[in-house]
Amino acid sequence: MAGAEQSMSFDVAAVRRQFPILSQIIDGQPVHYLDNGASAQTPDAVLDAVRTYETTSRANVLRGVHRLAERATEAYENARIEVANFLSVDPMEVVFTGGCTAAINLVAYSYGSLLKPGDRIILSELEHHSNIVPWQLLRQRSGIEIDVVPVTVNGRIDLNALPRLLTSRTKLISLAHVSNVTGTLVDVHAVVTLAKTVGAKVMLDGAQRVPHGPVDLSAMGIDFYAFAGHKAYGPNGIGVLWAKAEHLEAMPPFHGGGSMIGRVTFTETTWAPPPRRFEAGTPPIGPAIGLGAACRWMRTLDWKEAHAHEMALVERLMDGLQKIDGATLFGPGSTQNRYPVVSFLLEGVHPHDVAQTLDSFGVAVRAGHHCCQPLMDRFDLDGTTRVSIAPYNDNTDIDALLTGVQHAARTLR
Amino acid sequence: MTDQLYQDRIVALAKAKTGAGKLATPTKSARRDNPLCGDRVVVDVKLDEGGKIAEIAHQVRGCLLCQASASALASVAVGRDAAGIEKVRLDAERAIGREEGEAGEPFAAFAPVKAHKSRHECVLLPFEALKEALS
Ligand SMILES: Cc1ncc(COP(=O)(O)O)c(C=O)c1O
Repeated sequence: MAGAEQSMSFDVAAVRRQFPILSQIIDGQPVHYLDNGASAQTPDAVLDAVRTYETTSRANVLRGVHRLAERATEAYENARIEVANFLSVDPMEVVFTGGCTAAINLVAYSYGSLLKPGDRIILSELEHHSNIVPWQLLRQRSGIEIDVVPVTVNGRIDLNALPRLLTSRTKLISLAHVSNVTGTLVDVHAVVTLAKTVGAKVMLDGAQRVPHGPVDLSAMGIDFYAFAGHKAYGPNGIGVLWAKAEHLEAMPPFHGGGSMIGRVTFTETTWAPPPRRFEAGTPPIGPAIGLGAACRWMRTLDWKEAHAHEMALVERLMDGLQKIDGATLFGPGSTQNRYPVVSFLLEGVHPHDVAQTLDSFGVAVRAGHHCCQPLMDRFDLDGTTRVSIAPYNDNTDIDALLTGVQHAARTLR
Repeated sequence: MTDQLYQDRIVALAKAKTGAGKLATPTKSARRDNPLCGDRVVVDVKLDEGGKIAEIAHQVRGCLLCQASASALASVAVGRDAAGIEKVRLDAERAIGREEGEAGEPFAAFAPVKAHKSRHECVLLPFEALKEALS
């Protein structure tokens, strides 16, 4: 088990040096960036890849015969291969989207259009709004039903409650791979095993899992996976949908336009094969190339070490919070089966005031409902203060945070 | 620490909790939510025959700035009608730099919020709820 000390073999300083933003001084203070769950920072490797594209290869993709267009297309398709390697899947199953939200909406619209009135899908109580609202829109469009798996007091999806929600009409179970509020990891094997008993598909929202190292989707037995580039050290405006080839093949397009067609006439248009079928119009080329570089960069880290480092910081944080009068964790109190996202409450002080106080100590965190209002309602919370950690965080970040929380506890109540 | 948003006067206003609670028999009542941060204010008022506020109470589920603002508002609301409350709101908006001019008391205390644009709505939410209750 990891102790509260930073791992000796993980060179956090070397990682930090690759992130130019972290060496900034703002108002005389270093940047203690602990809001990685909202958006992570980006390393030189990504900035360089985007700059190289913009300065040596900028052109549209798939449409030109000139050399820059050839280079752009190659760089874009190489990015798809980088993402596929990161996920251990076939590149032809990787669809670039505008983000994680866009990827989930694509599935809800396109796969959703294959569902019939009375078909059921299962979500959990801890889902991000982006894994709730697209399904509610589908419910309005086509009369599907939504069932909700509850969450345990420790902030885990209660899989014991899943079997009784399964019916022969259950077509899809869509869950957060890792919670953006409590950091809890869902038991994918258990979900897939249960889903199989009724022939339901499984989708995971990987937004909070992907920033913590490669994911072997080929071994998981799931059907759909979504994540966002900006939370995974890549640029904004890019995300990924992975789906099994057979599903993509069966799905109608979401958006119509250029690049996604076979042949267009005014009487009939045929669709391009996946993944292009789902990439209508000019895609976000630079951001895709940046995301490819981010996936490659993530694969350069030793994630066993990086994860141990992240979880040692979680322990340091949890130990420190325990010593602050009125501070309580929301979510699991252990580091087992979880990732480095930690929510806490400070009795008598609103989360926004905690976060604002922390900002004055140079510490960036997120406070509020984290786009998880149903989860907040379930526990009757106004919100939480959330600390989300990346491999470049170190003990000084956690210690600055704890000092700030102590200050808030002393002065604001 | 780099700045002093939570100065003693704002903290004191919030802690004073002037008007916190419910009225047993309000003439009117209104609730306002801030969808961005989830803050929520319920305002109860009892009006006299002239339409002036005779009693006011508020329940705030929100941050310290919102609590302080509701408390400050309750401390000056009695005896005012909707137009009178608009004058108080002008003070609040002046304090946070949304309007020109010098803010009167007690809202002058909110001057430190000026630099924190993302928090302006926290100060104004109680006014929104009261405006609805008076309309
Ligand atoms: C678990 C989870 N799902 C989905 C999203 C949506 O990501 P994006 O807003 O980048 O599309 C987020 C981001 O907040 C998230 O944390």
